[in-house]
Amino acid sequence: MSEKKLAIIATKGTLDWAYPPFILASTAAALGYETQIFFTFYGLQLLKKNPKLQVSPLGNPGMPMPMAMDKWFPVIGTAIPGMQSIMSSMMKAKMKKKGVASVEELRDLCVEAEVKLIACQMTVDLFDMNSSDFIDGIDYAGAATFFEFAGESDINLFV
Amino acid sequence: MTEFNSKLDASGLNCPLPILKAKKQLNGLGSGEVLYIVATDSGSVKDFDAFCKQTGNSLLDTSEADGKYHFYIKKS
Repeated sequence: MSEKKLAIIATKGTLDWAYPPFILASTAAALGYETQIFFTFYGLQLLKKNPKLQVSPLGNPGMPMPMAMDKWFPVIGTAIPGMQSIMSSMMKAKMKKKGVASVEELRDLCVEAEVKLIACQMTVDLFDMNSSDFIDGIDYAGAATFFEFAGESDINLFV
Repeated sequence: MTEFNSKLDASGLNCPLPILKAKKQLNGLGSGEVLYIVATDSGSVKDFDAFCKQTGNSLLDTSEADGKYHFYIKKS
């Protein structure tokens, strides 16, 4: 039986957007897919050894806020200094309470399931990042490498 | 009561953890052996069905009681 393949491009570096690539990749691997994630631009944050990911309520009208703050103080309430940290802590606490895996846990499960993680070499250089910032076992490559796998994948996702 | 070789308590865990942990535990079982899973995530009912359809393992039995979902999966 030939294995199905899933290719994902991860471009976002926030707590909420860290979930889709890792959830889909780990689940696909459990279903028997050969899976690869290509991390570029802010998505590189997801490969950091200690990712300090946050979720921003600013410019995010879909985000539920405590005490209907977004309703009483639209936009400005979400822009208050410190609000992003507070909301991120609340989100992480809520996830833990509801049995949602942490980003690090899902990432570990991806690594364990042999999901191939590739950092975009161009953006690593652009942001003056170093391979010592990232977890071990990842590859560094460019767009042509992505297409080598994506071109023969059954599913391609851009997150 | 269906007999089983191994048990996984996935109570309190949310998507996709029950599936991922079940897959991991199935890896340690032999062909024909049965994994019994308890979960509280209501989404896991459809997910375990989809998991088994795609992986070729058979879902022998599912049931729900007191907010807990019970699955018996036989490894292919």
